[in-house]
Amino acid sequence: MSTLTAPETAAGPSGPSQFSHRSGTRGTKNVIATGVMWAAFLVALVPLAWIMWVVLSKGWDVLASATWWQKDQSGALPPGFDHAVRGGRHAVVGTLLMATLTSVIAVPIAVLTAIYLVEYGRGRTARLVSFMVDILSGIPSIVAALFIFAVWVTTFGLKLVPACASLALAMLMIPVVTRSTEEMLKLVPNELREASYALGVPKWRTIVKVVLPTAFSGIVTGVLLGFARVAGETAPLLLLAAYSPYLNQNLFSGSMGALPTLINNQFLNIADPISADRVWGAAATLILLVLVINLLGRLVGRFAKVHR
Amino acid sequence: MAKRIDVKDLDIYYGDFKAVEGVTMTVEPRSVTAFIGPSGCGKSTVLRTLNRMHEVIPGARVHGSVLLDDQDLYARTVDPVGVRRTVGMVFQRPNPFPTMSIRDNVAAGLRLNGITSKSKVNEVVEKSLRGANLWNEVKDRLDKPGAGLSGGQQQRLCIARAIAVEPQVLLMDEPCSALDPISTLAIEDLINELKSSYTIVIVTHNMQQAARVSDRTAFFNLKATGEPGRLVEIDDTHKIFNNPTQQATEDYISGRFG
Repeated sequence: MSTLTAPETAAGPSGPSQFSHRSGTRGTKNVIATGVMWAAFLVALVPLAWIMWVVLSKGWDVLASATWWQKDQSGALPPGFDHAVRGGRHAVVGTLLMATLTSVIAVPIAVLTAIYLVEYGRGRTARLVSFMVDILSGIPSIVAALFIFAVWVTTFGLKLVPACASLALAMLMIPVVTRSTEEMLKLVPNELREASYALGVPKWRTIVKVVLPTAFSGIVTGVLLGFARVAGETAPLLLLAAYSPYLNQNLFSGSMGALPTLINNQFLNIADPISADRVWGAAATLILLVLVINLLGRLVGRFAKVHR
Repeated sequence: MAKRIDVKDLDIYYGDFKAVEGVTMTVEPRSVTAFIGPSGCGKSTVLRTLNRMHEVIPGARVHGSVLLDDQDLYARTVDPVGVRRTVGMVFQRPNPFPTMSIRDNVAAGLRLNGITSKSKVNEVVEKSLRGANLWNEVKDRLDKPGAGLSGGQQQRLCIARAIAVEPQVLLMDEPCSALDPISTLAIEDLINELKSSYTIVIVTHNMQQAARVSDRTAFFNLKATGEPGRLVEIDDTHKIFNNPTQQATEDYISGRFG
């Protein structure tokens, strides 16, 4: 805790001062409070740094090999007999495909809901919708997965396809994106809406041409955070999208691997060093993916910068 | 293109609260009418009913009528969006659209209403910026963001944006209160030029400004806190400032108010 500074002793000019001296107890309290906050910050930082270090150090060799990005797990022998890590391309592609479909489903619903809540919603209906969003954000991912299973398989008798996982993930993404979009729309000053109305622009055009562009970068950031969240979600994939070691690029047939399910699949034989390598490699890939997506979000935010 | 406004027995409510009561006045075309009065007396509220902008606030409604050349703005069939195309508005704080360039800001009213022809837009942009005395200052940087201008320039940009849609009436809600004296002078000169072609109504806290720019002045006041605001009198500016009919007006003008 070398960042703490000792309380400065008031060494002002001698003689009577018209200002009272800083009270000793307040100085002490300040030091204690500063110390507690730095400690809390470090405590929160330790697990983060630890996770990053462990995952990246153990997964680095896998990430650095070209095979990991080019091949899938086809040709893998039973655990204990295989001597190559092979590829994770099927899982990377699967994760990106499923998360993208999730966004395609969730983002329009979430953004429209947020527009309703901020621009149109009044009274009981708006409160009800807002309450529903709160409930939705509290739903455990496994429950969302069971719900989709109940609708898709039990009620309609359809066969599970990877897109089912996207449906369940969309239920998790909608509240996240709705809330973040809502906050961004609230940040748009009312003066801009009034300026637009005063030009004789109808409300819907004001929203499309003035409000949404002004809030655009914030909305994109929220969407990408939601994307990152669902990319790492596991339970819906376990229930709805059976893991496959082979590359599948069709969301509407067969089974599809994803990074979380690849980790789950290989974790079953974690004693085998090859499987362990695959687990760390997939974990590091997932972290890297989320990192890249967040950086992309920052970049979009910078280009669409609002001039104030 | 300037039109006359007749306000008759106008009561304005926010929900159950009666904000303004019994306003009857005539605003003459091609002239500047100033609204003066203490804070909270309802002068901005009355201004905003002249283009139905107060309806943006939930629960706001009016009784009475506002006639624009004998056409009632509050008739059942009238679309508020159409009213606002005819009666433009400039706000207290300059509010250029932050995502748009100077050109796009001025063209916003046209583009947002579906006029996209490039030559037409450029022509209107130049005409409006010249009309707002801003053309010479910005003609070389029309593609720069509007928010990069100084406060006074931004306000003139907002005036250019308002006149680009060719309204009949221009409402100004304390357009100079966020500006320094030099920018204020620029706006006042501009108001003097604009009044040859527009009906202008300006709300101001600055009585010297009212005396400088307006032809007629309306004085609003509250009877007491919590009571609705009302129009005390409206007359030629010269008469209001030199020989008002009402004692309350004289008290306010001479600083003996309250």
